[in-house]
Amino acid sequence: MNLEIIGISVLWTFLFGYILVGAIDFGAGFFNAYSLLTGKERILTKVIQRYLSPVWEVTNVFLVFFFVGIIGFFPKTAFYYGTTLLVPVSFGIILLAIRGSYYAFETYGARRHKGYSFMYGLAGLLIPASLSIVLTISEGGFIEMVDGHPVLDYWELFTSPLTWSIVVLSLSATLYISAVFLTWYANKAGDREATDLLRKYALIWSLPTIITAGGIIFELSNHNYEHYANIQTFWPMFLISFILFIGTVWLFWRRRHYGWAFGMLAGQFAFAFFGYGASHYPYLLYPYLTIYDSFTNPAMAISLIVAFILGLCLLIPSLILLMRLFLFNKAYVKGKKNFHA
Amino acid sequence: MGNEDAVFYSRVLTELTLSFHIIYATIGVGVPLMIMIAQWVGIKKNDEHYILLARRWARGFVITVAVGVVTGTAIGLQLSLLWPNFMELAGNVIALPLFMETFAFFFEAIFLGIYLYTWDRFENQKKHLLLLVPVAIGASFSAVFITIVNAFMNAPRGFDLVNGELVNINPIIAMFNPAMPTKVAHVVITAYMTSAFILAAIAAFRLLKGSNHIYHKKALHLTMKLGLVFAIASAIIGDFSGKYLAEYQPEKLAAAEWHFETKEGAELLLLGVLKDGEPKYAIKVPFGLSILAHNNPKAEVIGLDQFPVDEQPPLYIHYLFNIMVFIGMWMVLLAAWYLIGMRRGWKNVRTNWFRWLIVLGGPLVVLAIESGWWLAEVGRQPWILRHIMRVDEAATTSGQVDVMLMLFALLYLILGIGSVVVLRRMFKRNPVERELEERHMEKGGDVQ
Ligand code: HDD
Ligand code: HEM
Ligand code: HEM
Repeated sequence: MNLEIIGISVLWTFLFGYILVGAIDFGAGFFNAYSLLTGKERILTKVIQRYLSPVWEVTNVFLVFFFVGIIGFFPKTAFYYGTTLLVPVSFGIILLAIRGSYYAFETYGARRHKGYSFMYGLAGLLIPASLSIVLTISEGGFIEMVDGHPVLDYWELFTSPLTWSIVVLSLSATLYISAVFLTWYANKAGDREATDLLRKYALIWSLPTIITAGGIIFELSNHNYEHYANIQTFWPMFLISFILFIGTVWLFWRRRHYGWAFGMLAGQFAFAFFGYGASHYPYLLYPYLTIYDSFTNPAMAISLIVAFILGLCLLIPSLILLMRLFLFNKAYVKGKKNFHA
Repeated sequence: MGNEDAVFYSRVLTELTLSFHIIYATIGVGVPLMIMIAQWVGIKKNDEHYILLARRWARGFVITVAVGVVTGTAIGLQLSLLWPNFMELAGNVIALPLFMETFAFFFEAIFLGIYLYTWDRFENQKKHLLLLVPVAIGASFSAVFITIVNAFMNAPRGFDLVNGELVNINPIIAMFNPAMPTKVAHVVITAYMTSAFILAAIAAFRLLKGSNHIYHKKALHLTMKLGLVFAIASAIIGDFSGKYLAEYQPEKLAAAEWHFETKEGAELLLLGVLKDGEPKYAIKVPFGLSILAHNNPKAEVIGLDQFPVDEQPPLYIHYLFNIMVFIGMWMVLLAAWYLIGMRRGWKNVRTNWFRWLIVLGGPLVVLAIESGWWLAEVGRQPWILRHIMRVDEAATTSGQVDVMLMLFALLYLILGIGSVVVLRRMFKRNPVERELEERHMEKGGDVQ
């Protein structure tokens, strides 16, 4: 294994972490807003306050870690992606700001405002959509070099079926992941009503998720044949992913072992995500940028990796402590105790 | 939109985001330490007032942290979006502290979540206090790491540029550049100072607005004491910062002091105006600048005449420097006056007008932080990386920066107003008298 691969693996793993934890958070916001319309908000608001409020900042740091890390390991990405992504990423930042301030202003500030909850829910859906654009662009064909500067072709981007299928996938996957996790959480909290409701959402969103995921592979055959062909060579990973998907849905259907079901879902996305990433190798941006020609110098790479290992020694025990206190603590999950400042 | 426009709007957007972030970030660095001290004093003296003080500060802190986090995420991304060429170069040399900063964020965010949601969960109060230690460490180290990056922009080291290629890169030397010691120390200590005086301002304001509770008096006394210590430290380290500039960035010091000709025994100018390039109506302190720069009234101080015109920073930074230093001196004076007055039993420190002065200190220290940063950043112009890369070479070529600028301005306006409104409402709805009664906490010692 070379330094380039270590670097991209670390970043890809943290991006995966962000997608998983972020999806739970984004989806919860959407369900919350939706239930406001149907008058069931009491059920979900509690879960959001008990589970999501203490950890939203941690979720955000996963994203920060990814974009700081990618500039560190692959500084040339700043030139290509930085120049072209101004608009989509700026929208992403504004949406993230709406969510961050919701937690602070609404939950801690103890102020209820319907409009804000709707914005919070809507922002949760738009963030995956706006950030997933980056993945679409990385497939190539949307960036041209004009006078030595990369320029994004918006018309091409927004008329491409690939763009829209990735957007749809990001939305339905967000809702699916979130619903599965929240079902498990609500079940642990002993909240029957919420469990049933969320289980229904999970089953509803499982189907579009798997259909669009398949559809994207098909689109790729038109858009980027090289990548499409690469994906074929990784078929076992996608197969395992599919089997795990069936497992989750089956357990949900039978109303059993929600914890296991969530574990399988994480596995499903992990296999698909890493299979996709591996087949993307070695490109960061087709056809301009590979992990090799954009890589930083060896001195920096080694010091980043050393810092990363030291950082993990701090991070992992702290994360375990956090999860034990808020995710696996019976009294807390059930809402018997409230220790908020 | 030509590229000049892109450069211009990128500058404005960076200035806006950083100037906004820095308010919340400074509070984010300093307030955890203040909470820690208050809670510790409370446990030590077995005085519930201090514990409640810590608790109420922690509640307010949540709001400012949230805005700090979202604006920090914005500036973090904007650095790549608006200055891609700079980040490409910087990524090769100074990515290490930026990367380490994310671990500091993780550490802070995780333990802040735990700390906030575990009040009264432990039998032993000290255990709960212990959870705050990583928050304070994480916050201060965020400041340390990001300031190291900024120090590198002022004194780039740790690489060689041969025919436009970066060679001999050494990330450790890049981190420990000559600007780093004074800059990091000054930024961290002024953050503590700022937080102490903002909290003092709040306590004084409550006392003015009719609540004569001993709780507020204790809060005021504690924060003024801390404020004095950190204000003196800030001034001392500020003096070292000036000496650093004299040695490594003489053009910044010369522009800040309107020191045009290199000479020995240079005088220090305060205030004044420029008429045809000549300072007028300024207060002159003979030998002042030589002492400030080299601790020696006879020493030679390099003037702007040593630099080509297109490498001289704008001269208005003189006022920024004056504002910062005046506020620093004024706060030392005010805090010392208060503490001596309290000890000697002077009446004037308990009067309304004196309390108004303390309230005014809150906005003033924030102004000092802002002018300090503007001095440091504008004083580096036209360079983004001193003597390596100019600002206009670093900027994006995107044509949409102006629209984004408007969007972000709107966002910060909403966040700024929102955080003030929510904070006010939070504490108005739950006044300290009521909370003390509910918690049966009317015990506690005297002010000290
Ligand atoms: C409450 C805030 C505050 C106060 C009271 C002071 N400063 Fe300051 N100063 C800062 C807040 C600050 C800062 C915001 O933290 C800066 C901006 C960039 C930096 O490194 O620190 C800064 C920068 C800064 C610089 C420029 C450093 C550089 O560009 O590398 C100098 C020379 C001083 N300060 C000197 C002083 C002196 C002599 C003070 C005497 C009282 C003083 N400061 C008070
Ligand atoms: C990682 C550290 C930093 C980077 C990469 C950075 C980058 C930049 C850039 C690219 C500019 C534009 C130059 C210009 O406008 O002429 C700038 C200016 C500025 N920065 Fe920094 N900055 C850093 C740290 C800070 C910090 C911590 C602050 C504090 C708030 C700050 C405040 C400012 C201000 C006020 C300006 C405007 C200067 C002007 O008018 O030219 N910067 N900075
Ligand atoms: C170019 C300059 C800067 C950049 C790129 C930057 C970046 C960031 C980012 C990405 C975050 C969000 C972290 C999260 O998600 O938890 C953040 C928050 C924070 N920043 Fe900044 N920052 C800059 C300047 C500063 C300065 C000058 C200070 C201190 C003096 C500072 C102190 C903090 C602190 C303490 C937080 C945590 C949030 C809080 O407690 O308010 N930052 N910053």
